[in-house]
Amino acid sequence: MKKQIPILITATVGTVLVLSVFFPPAKMLGEDFSLFFDIIAVFAFFLGGGNLVRVHFIKVYRRKSDWVYSVVTLVGFTMMLASGLFKLGGPPGISGSVTADGSYLNTMFIHIIAPLSSTMYALLAFFVASASYRAFRAKNREATILLIAAFVILLGRTPLGMMATGWVWESLSIFQIPNLAVWVMNVPNLAGQRSILIGVGLGVVAMSLRLILGMDRTYLGGDND
Amino acid sequence: MKTKEFIVTAIIIVVLLLCKFVLPKPIQFSPTISWIVTILLGLVFAFIFYLTIKGKPVERRIVFLLVGISLVVPFFMQFKLPLKISPEVQQVYDKLASLPPGSKVLASFDYDPPSAPELQPMAEAFVKYAFEHDIKIIMMGLWPQGPQQANQAVEAAFEENPALRDQVKYGVDYVNLGFQSGNEFVVLRMGESFKSMFPSDLNYTPYDSIPLLKNVSNFSNIDWSINFSAGKPGTVEWIQVAVDRYNLPMSAGNTAVQAPMVYPYLNAGQLLGLMGGMSGAAEFEKLTNLPGKATTFLLSQTFAHVVVILFIIIGNVAFLRSRKETK
Repeated sequence: MKKQIPILITATVGTVLVLSVFFPPAKMLGEDFSLFFDIIAVFAFFLGGGNLVRVHFIKVYRRKSDWVYSVVTLVGFTMMLASGLFKLGGPPGISGSVTADGSYLNTMFIHIIAPLSSTMYALLAFFVASASYRAFRAKNREATILLIAAFVILLGRTPLGMMATGWVWESLSIFQIPNLAVWVMNVPNLAGQRSILIGVGLGVVAMSLRLILGMDRTYLGGDND
Repeated sequence: MKTKEFIVTAIIIVVLLLCKFVLPKPIQFSPTISWIVTILLGLVFAFIFYLTIKGKPVERRIVFLLVGISLVVPFFMQFKLPLKISPEVQQVYDKLASLPPGSKVLASFDYDPPSAPELQPMAEAFVKYAFEHDIKIIMMGLWPQGPQQANQAVEAAFEENPALRDQVKYGVDYVNLGFQSGNEFVVLRMGESFKSMFPSDLNYTPYDSIPLLKNVSNFSNIDWSINFSAGKPGTVEWIQVAVDRYNLPMSAGNTAVQAPMVYPYLNAGQLLGLMGGMSGAAEFEKLTNLPGKATTFLLSQTFAHVVVILFIIIGNVAFLRSRKETK
């Protein structure tokens, strides 16, 4: 029963959602099922939050390595949760908006979360440059073509591309780097992306069929038996 | 903390404090100084190139330092850069410019602070343009932080043009519906009824009490939509549900990393224009005649791109040299 019921739910919901696209009478039912998804997604927030607290609390309680960072996580989580739930700081209190001017949640978002997240993401620039220096090699013909395409895009997406090749005659304007960058995006990139999309689409159809028919049970956990 | 790390951290703090309290603001190099700094950077790279040929590749910390300098220094430089408008950004602008006053636009802010440097400038330019041309905006987000990014864009528009603060009224000219969980299922249900997904706005005002939403029940009441996206759920989900099923006319602004994945939809006509990354944002700012952050940041990005290209070239020189030696 532990397996049969989830498989039955998956098969029913999957079939109805597919039918709702093609048969108007099933549309309302499909919408109702999609609402269930929203409800489940809300529970996922609770589960995620609960799991985060549990994992870090255990880490602090047992004084595992780097437990101090877990304290920071727990304090941050509690502060954000409390200021969001009780609308701390902002007018007019509990009945107000979490994003109102002066609310603690909004203040923490603007002055802590936004700069910290941006800083973390900005570090990518350093790693990209370092990785390019150490690993982006013209080892063979394919890698060389990739390298040239990368140069065209890197230059074409900045004003430098125009500065460098803006003098090229209008009749040969395709050789201006910005135009070459547009060509790379619209022709080779498009062909590659389309083939990936078609492949992914076919894969999704096959995978969905396997799930609906109960042939794939890995989402239940345990062995695929 | 090791002594070396302590010294470096102390130096950084001292430099930052000097910048904050001693240096005049805004710090701007004259064009001559800008050129001198650029040439100096070029000479450093020439020296690294020389070292590499001699078989002494530079260590990673030098790479990091040079990237840092190349990203920060251009903020103070004054170079006028020519910017070529790409067809996909022109398409976004043309669509926006063709909207008559009073048009209703659905703007979904599907990103968070890490992607804000790329997406926020285009969002701010769009909001400013819309407010100045009496285009009504219905804001929402499929990402939890999206609605706050929308609020920041509105605030930026008010700061840029203080007159807008009196002219533009919340609930009449724009509304922020907030975040709703459920990814593409939110879009799917909005196709039938906005109210089913957003019974109230971000300030808990009931849907029916908001004047702007009086005659808005689903996508059929929207004149155009724009999606600022940094991943999933984002542009692709909006196209697959709102555009394909409900014929919503839509354009998008994406991060540079995500933009190539959206080109198939652009080429097929499902997407009416695309702004990709910082350069897309700068082009949009130029078209709307509202130069902002993207135009300022583009010089920094240009330097960073050049630095990456130079490092790739130097790295390949080292590689070819070592391969020659092996043979």
